[in-house]
Amino acid sequence: MSWRETLLTGWSSIRAHSMRSLLTTLGILIGIAAVILTVGLGLGTQKDVSAQISSLGSNLLIVTPGSSIDSSGMRGGFGSAATLTTSDVEALDSSVATPDVDAVAAERSTSLSVEAGDTNWTTTVTGVTADWLEVRSRTLSSGEFVDPDSTSQVVLGSEAATELFGSTDVVGRSVTISDLPFTVVGVLDSAGSSSETNLDDLAVLPLAVVGSDLIGTNPTTVSTIYLKAVDTTVISAAYQEAETLLLNLHGITNADSADFSISSQDALVETATSVYRTLTVLLTGIAALSLLVGGIGVMNIMLVSVTERTREIGLRKALGAPPRVIRRQFLTEASILGLAGGVLGVGLGVVAALTLPSVLGSSIVVSGVAIAGSIAVALGIGLLFGTYPAARAARLAPIDALRSE
Amino acid sequence: MSALLLGHDDEPALAEEDVPGPVIDLVDARKTYTTGAITFEALRGVTLRIDRGEYVAIMGPSGSGKSTLMNILGCLDVLTSGSYALAGHDVADLDEEDLADIRNREVGFVFQQFHLLPSLSAKGNVMLPLTYRQNPGQSARAARRAREEAAVRALDRVGLADKAPNRPGQMSGGQQQRVAVARALVGEPALILADEPTGNLDSSSTDDVLALFDELHASGRTVVLITHEDEVASRAARVVRVRDGLIAEDTGARSFPTAVTEQGATA
Ligand SMILES: Nc1ncnc2c1ncn2[C@@H]1O[C@H](COP(=O)(O)OP(=O)(O)OP(=O)(O)O)[C@@H](O)[C@H]1O
Ligand SMILES: [Mg+2]
Repeated sequence: MSWRETLLTGWSSIRAHSMRSLLTTLGILIGIAAVILTVGLGLGTQKDVSAQISSLGSNLLIVTPGSSIDSSGMRGGFGSAATLTTSDVEALDSSVATPDVDAVAAERSTSLSVEAGDTNWTTTVTGVTADWLEVRSRTLSSGEFVDPDSTSQVVLGSEAATELFGSTDVVGRSVTISDLPFTVVGVLDSAGSSSETNLDDLAVLPLAVVGSDLIGTNPTTVSTIYLKAVDTTVISAAYQEAETLLLNLHGITNADSADFSISSQDALVETATSVYRTLTVLLTGIAALSLLVGGIGVMNIMLVSVTERTREIGLRKALGAPPRVIRRQFLTEASILGLAGGVLGVGLGVVAALTLPSVLGSSIVVSGVAIAGSIAVALGIGLLFGTYPAARAARLAPIDALRSE
Repeated sequence: MSALLLGHDDEPALAEEDVPGPVIDLVDARKTYTTGAITFEALRGVTLRIDRGEYVAIMGPSGSGKSTLMNILGCLDVLTSGSYALAGHDVADLDEEDLADIRNREVGFVFQQFHLLPSLSAKGNVMLPLTYRQNPGQSARAARRAREEAAVRALDRVGLADKAPNRPGQMSGGQQQRVAVARALVGEPALILADEPTGNLDSSSTDDVLALFDELHASGRTVVLITHEDEVASRAARVVRVRDGLIAEDTGARSFPTAVTEQGATA
């Protein structure tokens, strides 16, 4: 009996019970979908993290107002208090107290409508200090950066420029923000978007302009301070220096009650990976259990099939089918069930991988290797759990099988 | 190719050539069934020789051991003691693979319950025995075409060429049994074994099927037929009567194909 005939026979006997076969493949289907998601999430997190690191620049420390844990042990609102000021920025910038900090940049952002002629675009208006470009590892695609002392200059992110003018070649054009006129002096190179912020949809102005002219309240407040360490080896030294200095400036003696927090890339990576780890453990569990249950389902349905087809097996043996051909027939059927579960599972996994990221907030990467591997695993499960039923079919004595009713 | 992969040697266990000597050589055959603590001796020392080209009817009351005997003759079951050689091959020497091969090449079964596979067409059913035969040196495609042609020829021989695409459910009982006869003869076996082949048929279908056996016999086949009916047995040149697991009577007559053709023609 050729492979082609074996496959055709297997396929038609599965088709004869299509509903039952479909239900049987469900376990494997869910398991394989979970495998695709697990692997995809792992790769996606890696991608997110490396995108985040490259978007922030390496050896970066980020100072934000508010503590991560306040004195009462409650988690404080992130950035809820306006505790960081321009004097903190100046102090951090003086190399006496912070020798391992190479450069400092501060930001204060707000969401405002920017007008260019008739066009209106709401974007993140960000006030920055002079070293912002260097510290955030950004570059200009055209023009120059805003002069910190000017009151009418703006640099646009590539997306903001495109939304307002339809092009990025906009140096010299005029925009209005909160009724104040500004001239575009430069456009930023695209930096892509990390998972939570679009790094190209922004308008960059001098910090003082945003603080006093556009927001008005607490003009010296900054929302984020970025510190660039001299190099990656002294990140923790820079962290210590910055923390000590800021605690002193804020008159706080106990580091646990600090009104700011400093995070490093390590911490970001840590957060991202811990989310990923929880999900992975969960999904791996689901995958393993579903595959086991799915495999047992295949075994169960194959045993049912052997019982139902005892007479057929007896007849085939009487006509000269050797045990190995009978075994191969049932193994083929079990493998088809496994394969079907695998293919459907990959389908479900891919659909989930395309829809879930918007809910989870982390990317899921579907890789060809994961797809091929999952299908191979599904096939293997069909084979593995089909072995026992197939052996039973092969062992049936032809005469008992023929006599059964 | 698959056989190579599975490590089973491709050599047919049995040569195609006719081996001189009897088709069936059964000596002091005993078969004991054990059900729980009870043992039952269904065959109690049967010696039977059937030569090539004979037409033998096996008769006997219900429970006398006829089916047991046929299962032994067809290599579907093995003896408890005694010896059996089918077409010169001592079955004691054969393993399961070889037994499957000997059934495939040397025996064509016709059962009382037809035993056609409901999911296959008449042609598909007739092709089955050939499907399990190794065809070394033939491409899968050529082998398949050869099988299809042989199946159509066999169906033509039983007068059912037009029913080739029909499923068993779309045919009458008599037609189904004729398909089963086509399946038994398609592989050109040395022996056609039929266990009450007309037991489920009306008289006109019975005549059709018996006429087929007459024809097979006339063309030189060895036919062994189990029956309850004297009318059926009267077609055979030799009648073996079984009682309580023993041969009670054997007319022992040697049949000659020419002598039976007249009988076949009357059907
Ligand atoms: N698998 C078995 N286990 C136990 N006893 C069996 C088995 N098969 C047959 N027998 C017994 O062996 C005896 C012979 O059975 P067999 O089927 O050969 O009879 P038979 O001559 O074909 O009868 P019938 O004409 O009714 O078909 C019976 O008494 C039966 O009960
Ligand atoms: Mg019987």
